[in-house]
Parts: sequence; C-alpha cells; structure tokens
Amino acid sequence: MHGSVPPKRLGLLRCWLAERWSFLDDHGAHPDCRTEWWYATGWLSLPDGSPLGFQSTFFRVRTGVGEGNPSAFAPRQLILAHAAIADPRLGRLRHEQRAARVGFGRAGFATGQTGVWIGDWRFEQSDGRYQATIAGEDFAYALSLTAGGPPVLNGDAGFSRKSPDPRHASYYYSRPQLKVSGTVTLDGRTQPVTGQAWLDHEWSSELLPETAQGWDWIGLNLDDGSALMAFRLRGKDGSPLWSAATFSQGAGRVQALSPDAVAFTPLRQWRSARTGITYPVEWRVRIGTRDLHLQALIDDQELDSRRSTGAVYWEGAVRVTEDGREIGRGYLEMTGYGEKIRTCR
Amino acid sequence: MRLAPVFLGSLARRRVATLFSFAAIVLGVALGMAVQAVHEAALSEFGRGLRAMAGEADLQVLGPRGGFDENLYAQLAARREVAEASPVVEVQAKVAGREETLQVLGIDVFTLARVTPVLLPRVVESSKTTEGSGRFATLADDTLFLSTAAQSAFGVKPGDSLHLQAGTRTVTLRVAGDLPGADENRRLAVMDIAAVQKHFARLGRLTRIDLRLAAGVEPEAARTGLQALLPAGVVIEAPETAENQAANLSRAYRVNLTMLAAMALLTGGFLVFSAQALSVVRRRTEFAFLRAIGLARQQLFAWLLAEGALVGLAGGVVGVALGHGLAWAMLALLGGDLGAGYFSGLQPQLQFQPEVTAIYVALGVLAGVAGAWLPAREAATVSPAQALKAGDEAALLGGRGHPALGLALLLASLAACWIPPVNGLPLGGYLAIACLLAGSVMLLPAVASGLAWLLPEHGPVASRLATARLAAAPGHAVVAAAGVLTSVALAVAMAIMVASFRDSVDQWLTQILPADLYLRASSAQTSGYLDEAQQARIAAVPGVGSVSFTRHENLRVTAGQAPIALIARPVSADGRELPLVGATRPGAGEPAIWISEAMHDLYGWRPGQRVELPLAGRPVPVHVAGVWRDYSRQTGAVLIDLADYRRLTGERLANDAAIKLAPSATATQVAAALKATGSAGALEIAYPGEIRATSLRIFDRTFAVTYLLEAVAVIIGLAGVAASFAALAAARRREFGMLRHLGLTRRQIGWMLAQEGALAAGVGVLGGLLAGSAIGLVLIEVVNRQSFHWSMDVHVPWGSLTLFAAGLIALAALAAVLAGRQAMRQDAVLAVREDW
Repeated sequence: MHGSVPPKRLGLLRCWLAERWSFLDDHGAHPDCRTEWWYATGWLSLPDGSPLGFQSTFFRVRTGVGEGNPSAFAPRQLILAHAAIADPRLGRLRHEQRAARVGFGRAGFATGQTGVWIGDWRFEQSDGRYQATIAGEDFAYALSLTAGGPPVLNGDAGFSRKSPDPRHASYYYSRPQLKVSGTVTLDGRTQPVTGQAWLDHEWSSELLPETAQGWDWIGLNLDDGSALMAFRLRGKDGSPLWSAATFSQGAGRVQALSPDAVAFTPLRQWRSARTGITYPVEWRVRIGTRDLHLQALIDDQELDSRRSTGAVYWEGAVRVTEDGREIGRGYLEMTGYGEKIRTCR
Repeated sequence: MRLAPVFLGSLARRRVATLFSFAAIVLGVALGMAVQAVHEAALSEFGRGLRAMAGEADLQVLGPRGGFDENLYAQLAARREVAEASPVVEVQAKVAGREETLQVLGIDVFTLARVTPVLLPRVVESSKTTEGSGRFATLADDTLFLSTAAQSAFGVKPGDSLHLQAGTRTVTLRVAGDLPGADENRRLAVMDIAAVQKHFARLGRLTRIDLRLAAGVEPEAARTGLQALLPAGVVIEAPETAENQAANLSRAYRVNLTMLAAMALLTGGFLVFSAQALSVVRRRTEFAFLRAIGLARQQLFAWLLAEGALVGLAGGVVGVALGHGLAWAMLALLGGDLGAGYFSGLQPQLQFQPEVTAIYVALGVLAGVAGAWLPAREAATVSPAQALKAGDEAALLGGRGHPALGLALLLASLAACWIPPVNGLPLGGYLAIACLLAGSVMLLPAVASGLAWLLPEHGPVASRLATARLAAAPGHAVVAAAGVLTSVALAVAMAIMVASFRDSVDQWLTQILPADLYLRASSAQTSGYLDEAQQARIAAVPGVGSVSFTRHENLRVTAGQAPIALIARPVSADGRELPLVGATRPGAGEPAIWISEAMHDLYGWRPGQRVELPLAGRPVPVHVAGVWRDYSRQTGAVLIDLADYRRLTGERLANDAAIKLAPSATATQVAAALKATGSAGALEIAYPGEIRATSLRIFDRTFAVTYLLEAVAVIIGLAGVAASFAALAAARRREFGMLRHLGLTRRQIGWMLAQEGALAAGVGVLGGLLAGSAIGLVLIEVVNRQSFHWSMDVHVPWGSLTLFAAGLIALAALAAVLAGRQAMRQDAVLAVREDW
C-alpha cells in the first residue's frame, strides 16, 4: 500500500485502492495519500471527580510540493497538530497548535504502526496501547489509551464515502471505548486522570466535494459499551449533502447506517465573541429509530487553528441523553460555520 | 538705561563683520547637523531593519556567507534550552538583466511563525492565480514573497514573475504575495528554504539559525553553552550585536565628518573673536563713558558676551535649519552613508530630533560666546580713565602671543599621535589636531614679527609702512591671520589627505588589476558563481592565454566581530603580485595566508605568526606570510592561494576570473566569446581601465562630502580675512586721515593696505600650510589608520596648494583694499578731526 506513487498521480484514487485491510500496516501512516489524521478525543476525570475534555489531533499532509527537490527541507510531508483541554472551570478551551515539515527529527511519522510526532508532541502505539504526549504553554498531558476491542471499520468495510460520487471518500476506522489513564498538568499542577476516549484514523486523497461548506461529526461512547459515529456534510446553505453513521455494539458487531437514517437538528446556538461565528451547541440527532440529545460540556469549545491548518472550528466534549437520561459521553466537531473548510477533516 | 540698543545694536552697525561671523557659525552648525541627521537616519533605519529581521529571536547562530552544515539545525532545535529554532538560508541574488541585487531569505514558514513572525509571507491572490493555488504558495519552490520596497524597486506585483540569477543560469519565480510585517523600506524577498537551497546551490547549507530560548533560560548562559556545539567559523550572538557592528563600522566615518564640521565651527568662533576684538577696540571710548556713568564691570562683560551669544544663536538656529535641508538633499543625492557604501539598499527617512537639534544650536551659541570671551574680558578690565584717553587702538590684545605654550602644545600633539584608538575611535589623532591648531595660533604672533624682521627695510613708503605695522603691532596680524590659519590648515590637511589617499588607491588599483580582462558571475557573490563546467568553458575560449579564478567567501573569526573577507586566488609563494606592506615571512609547511592591514590592527595577527582559520567548519592552522594593503574591506580580509583553499575545503566554485590574453588576441573578440559561454546577461566582463575608472568614481563620490567641507573651509577663511580687514580699516580712519595730511595719495594708502592684507594673510597662509601639512600627516598616519585600518603613501598636491595659497593672499589683499576704500570715502580732514 505504500508503493511509491509518482507525484503527478497524487490525488487520484490510487492511494486508497487497497486490496485488503491489514492492521499491521494500517495503524501506521499512508504517505502516498494526500491527507491523513489520528484524532483522539475523550472525557477525563480528575481525582475530585470533576470532568475535563481532551483532544489531540495529528495531521499528516502530502503537499505535492518539492517532490523533485533534493533538499532535506523539501516540504513533501507536513505534520500539523492540535491539542486542547476543555476545562469547565475555565469556561473555554486551553489549546495549542503546531506545524512542521517532516525532517531533521523535528517532525515525522511511522509506517506499519501508529507513530506521529512534532517536536515533543507525540502520538504513538506501543504494546497495544496508544500514548498521547502533549506539552503546551498552560497545559500538558501524558495519556495512555487502551483499546478493549478490535477497530471499527466505518462505511463499507472502512471505505467511507463523503458524497454520491465515489471519488470523495476516505479510508476510515475508529477505536471507540478506549480506556484512558495518565496525568494532566494544568497551570503547573499535575494530577492523575482516568477516562474514556475515541480514536479516529482516516486517510484520503480527495475527501470533500467542491460543494461542501463543512461538516458535523460525533463520536459517542455509550455507557452500555456500544459506540456511535455519525457525520453529515453541509452545503453552502446549510442543507445536508451526505450523512453516514456507524453503530458498534462491541465484540465486532457493527452496523453501518445509510445516509437517510441519520438526521442532525440544531437546538441552541452560541456565538463566539472572538470570531463572531455562531455554532449550534445543543443538538437532536436521530440515528435510525433512536433519538439522541447532545449538550456541550461548555459552550465555548471553539478552536482557532488559523496558524496551522487554517481553520476555525468547534471541537468539544458533549453529554448524550436519551429520554432525559444520560446514556454516554463523547465529542462533537463542527466545521465550516465561519469560512468554508478547505483542508483535512 | 536701555543697554540692548547700545550693545546688540552695535552688531547691526557693523553689518559686514557680523554677517561673516554669522555665516561661519551657520556653516559649521549646518554641516555638523547635516552629517549627524543623515547618519542618524541611516543608522536608525539600518537598526530597525535588523531588529525586524531578528524578530523575537533571543540569539542568532551565524556562519560565513557560504553557510554551514544544516544538521546543526537539528542539533540545536533538539536542545532543552531552545524553544524554537528557525533555519535561514540567505542569498544576495542578482535580478536578471539589472544591476541591483535582492536579499533573499529562504525560511521555514512554520518555525518562522514562532521566532520571526514579522517576516511571515502573505499570499495575495491576483487575477493571474486560480483560487486555492495559494494554499501551499509559501512552500512552493517557484514562488517568492516581496516586500513593498522590493515590489516597487523591481516593478512587479503579486502574480508577476521575477527572474533571478543563480550561478550563470536564470530562475523564474512567481511573486505570490508580500511581507506585510517587514520593514517597508527594505528590499527583501522571502522564499521557502528548500527552494532557495535548490535554486541557489545551497543544498545542505544554512547561513543563520534564529533561536527563541525556552522560558527562564538566560541568553548569556545559553550562548556560552551552545557555542561549544558550533563548528569553527560559526558564532552565536545576541541579535543586537549586528546592529552594533554596523554602527561601529560607520561610526569612525561619521565621527571624522563631524570633526570636520566641528573645525568649521571653530573657525566660526575665531571669526567672532576677530570681529569682536576689533569692535571692542573701536568702542573703547564708548565703554569708558558707560563705565564712568555707572555701568558695572560685570555688566559690561555680560553685554559683550551677549553680543557674541546673539550672533551664535542666530547662526545656530539658521544653521540647524540649513543643516536639515542639507541632510535632506544629501540623503536624496548620496544616500544614507553619504556615498560611503555602508548602508546599501536602505531608504532612510529624515527625522527631526529635538534634543540633538538643541545641542547644535547650543554649539552655535557656544562658538559665539567663546569668540566674544577674550575681547569682552579685555574691555572690562581696562580702567575707564585710561580708556578715555584717545588713540590707543594699537594696543590690541594678543601682544606677542604665548610662544612657550604654543610650542608645548605642538609637542603635546606629537605625543598624542601615539595614543591607541579608544573604542575604535582615533581620539588621540583628534587631540593632536586640536593641539596643532591651538599651538599654531599661539605661535602666530612670534612668527609674524619674525617674518617682519626678515622683510627688507627699504622700498616704497607704503611697503615700509606695511612691514613696520606687522613688526610693531602683531596683534592685528594675529586677529586677521588666526581665522586664515585655521581654515587654510583645514583645507590643506584635507587636500593632502585626500590626494594621498586617491593617489594610493590609484596605484593600488593598478597593482591589483594586472590582467587584460575580468569576468564575474554577478555582483551578488552568493547567487552568482562559476561552476567547474563554466570554469572549463572560460579557459577553453580561443584567445584566452591564461586564466586565474577567484573565490570570494567570508569567515567569522570571533563572535561579536563583523565577518572578514576570504579571497582565494592563485598567489605566488613570495606574494610579489600583491600590494604588500612591510616585510614578508613566507614559511614552509602550513598553507600561507596574506592578511590585510585591518587583520593586523583588529586581530593582532603578525607576519610569521601561526593562526587558525575556520575553513569548512574546522579550524585550519595557517601561516601568516605577509601584510597587504586593502582599500575595499575595512573589517579585514585574508588572501589564500586558490589551490590551498580548494584542497582545504573541497569547494570548487569561483566568482571571478582574471584573464590574460594570448598574443595576437583582441580583447573585444575574446570578451564577446567569453560572454557567450554563459546564459544571456549572466556574465559580466570588465576591462581593468573600466574597473579603475569606476573605483575612482566611487572614491570621489565618497569624498564628495569632504570636498564640500573643504570648499566651506576656504569660504570661511576668505570671509574671515574680509571681515577682519573691514573692521580694521574702519578702526583706522584717523590714521588714514593723518597719512593723507602727510601727503600720501589715496592710491598709496590703498597700496599700503593691499600689502598689509597680503602680509597678514601671508602669515596666516604660511602658518596654515605648515599646520595643515602636520594635520594632514596626522589624518593619514593616525586618524585614517585607526579608523579604517589602512595605510597610504603621502602625496602632497604641490601645484594646487601653491595656487590656493597665492589666490588666498591675493584675495586678502583685495579685501583689504576694498575695506580701506570704504573707510577712506570720508573726508581726510574730518577723519583727523574726529579726535578733537
């Protein structure tokens, strides 16, 4: 799957025309694909029981630039990373971003197994566990994420379409219900934490149709051990272009839902004073016959990444209730509410 | 009693003398102000540019122009004390088809954002780009981002293309945007670091790494720790250091100019002195009456000082205004370095600085007060009874001068020449000049009376009268001649220095340009070069007899010092083709280097010494074989044989080629054939005659300011003579009346005055020539050597000096006659009756 692809063919379907899944290989990077990410989100609990949300995202981008340049600085591959802690006591995200070209040991990725780093930020796989290490100005964390079950393949056996045109698709698997343990440092104070997390690994060369303005995505760990991933792409007028969902009941029982089985309905809006962008922070999500209610841990979970990926988006911890009862927790991501989303995810 | 009209009004009554004193102060203040304002503007612009380039960097790792191994970046970035490291490859690229070069910074946009965000490029979408093409524009290898100044200088906008010379080829780049945070007056281009490495043959090399330190790390401690990791020839400095280096480099030049302005001001002070001295004598009776009716001694003194201060104040105010105007004109015509080449590529803006301006006004006032001091004291000490007795003008102050003190000062000036430079400034030299001037002025009366004794005692009545006057009343001569001496000394010193310098440069150029043709890849030594294939093509051109290639590099020998130039070219074992200074010590074994005089002065290297040169990242022991004269690089240059250089560094590129023609080959044909070996316009061919003419033109432009100062000194000298004689003649109306009564014709009195003027001016000119020659020597041997670290052969322009001296004496005679005619217009009888 990692055969060398001539640069001019980058962006064609070639990179995801896989013969078969091999998780020995597919945990690692797929350098021929244009865009790839490892997206870990989850809920943490401090020793006093108070909740925190965390996010660590590593993007790998094949730029198509400098393919023929013998310079060690040639920007063929970039690593971008976002990290955040949602702290209800602060009322907003603590977040930081990094970007670098691969080389000189400053940033890189591994093939074969998960391993991506930029400076001292790392996300890597060892002994069946994922390790997320982040150090920012006013926060840091070192978390160990352990999977209880096999990866959940989204879409058609991991082939996740984003529009009626099969060109717009990705390879996409999730690892829900990850057990988290580790430490979080806030304002210089380091504390042990435990929690539940979700990892997405997705790669593609041509993700979005031109008409897409942005998307809404959820990854929910439900208390009964099941997990739900759902997303929808929106057009310029806000109307849904494409939706999909994967319901995993654990032990390999996975149900992919068709676009018409998923409906997102915004309930309450919140406006960011920093950017002036309005986001729906309370949702009703219909998945098949189930009717879920999402409420943000805090309203302000906006993340300004204009210095790395160029996007302003909302990525935050949400509670899930059904019939007025909390049934799980997860993460909600909303993009394209300001400018049209241009890049990865 | 209202005294202001009595004293200050007297200035208006002797309009001519006042006007000249005023003019002299105006000129002195204006020149000083102009030099100061221009240099301040250039320095602040330069500093602002440097600070902007350094951004938030705490430390900078700097290498030679050729750069250093890029793996140092990985090593430094991984250090705990380093929060972020931003690698930079800098090249000076020649814009194809144009003379100008462009500073191109190859940067990593990601680390730049965290260390030097002011240099961040901004994509500007243009009609020629499709939407979204800007996404990786900052990483692309065919784009560049131009500062506003560069866009307007090269007439391009985002979307246009710019052609840069790389080696002997041309690279076409698309202008993808601008540098919104960069200094708008600086011509600057930013490109992706990988693109610069590829296009400009800099693969594997960096020239600079900007470091932001981790929180709580002391820059000085980090500097010491990190320096140990660096290979030889790579230094780590705080960003301010470069700014200081630039300031130091041009400071000597600026101080030299300011000193000349100060001397013009000094002349102004002398003129105030002579005008006041004569005026005080004339008004003796007036002061005696004032004293008699109750004016206190102190009051008289204060009022007389106020007269000088008023002239000084007026001169100062007009001077600073003129100075700013002059500075504006100089910036527009000559640039921020007054044509000296320290700050190329800058467009400094003139700024009004109230404090500095106030200081210059104060200097004008000071000159006026200092000039008025002695005459005022003289007038205040005379007792009214004695002063009321008429006809005592001859008892002018000065008397026989202070020959002993004068001699002592001359001796002191000799001693001052041995004072080493203080902070890079030749303070000893300036002290010597001041002592020389003061000493000569004090010796002047003795010289004047001595001269009078030597003159023949017979001849026409008029001549005898003039001689007798000089012998009997040298005080007059002192006053008239002091101004002449000062300005002549200045003009002569400058003439000797500039003539010696120009003559030495001329000879030096002949010596360093022995070949028939010179070829270079481009004036920008990093972007233009001759690779081995190109070198072979040049050597193979028919008609080329022999070629010697030169490689220009620079080296960093010590942190905190500006880089030194390294010149690698074929050189014989005894260095006979070099403009050598002093004895050589060719050694065997280690590679020989030939150092410029600046290396000798700044680093203390001596012939015969074994030193280490950082080549290819390691210290290489070399042998100093001799010292050569270098007028083009005041921070120091080292010359090494090309074969040695190639063996030590493994580098094969060259920048220039010196070509000797084969017998019977014609220069123009060979030049055309040579040009054809590179792409169109990439190779420049020059004939030694052209290079010489260009170099001398640059030299003359550099000295344009000193020529200007010289002219001003002469004008002031003439003004001084005219003013002194006008005042003297006016004071001697009674004497002229008496002489007319005794039967002398107006014509004879005129002739007498002419001779008196010529004699007084002659004494001043003679003294000025002597003092000026001595000052010229001090300028050559002390001031220039300590400021710019180069020696020169003394060359006295006898012809022009003789002409100048004769002209000045003739003009002085004419001025005396004109002044006398004014005084004799009055009826002789009336003039004599004035006393009774």
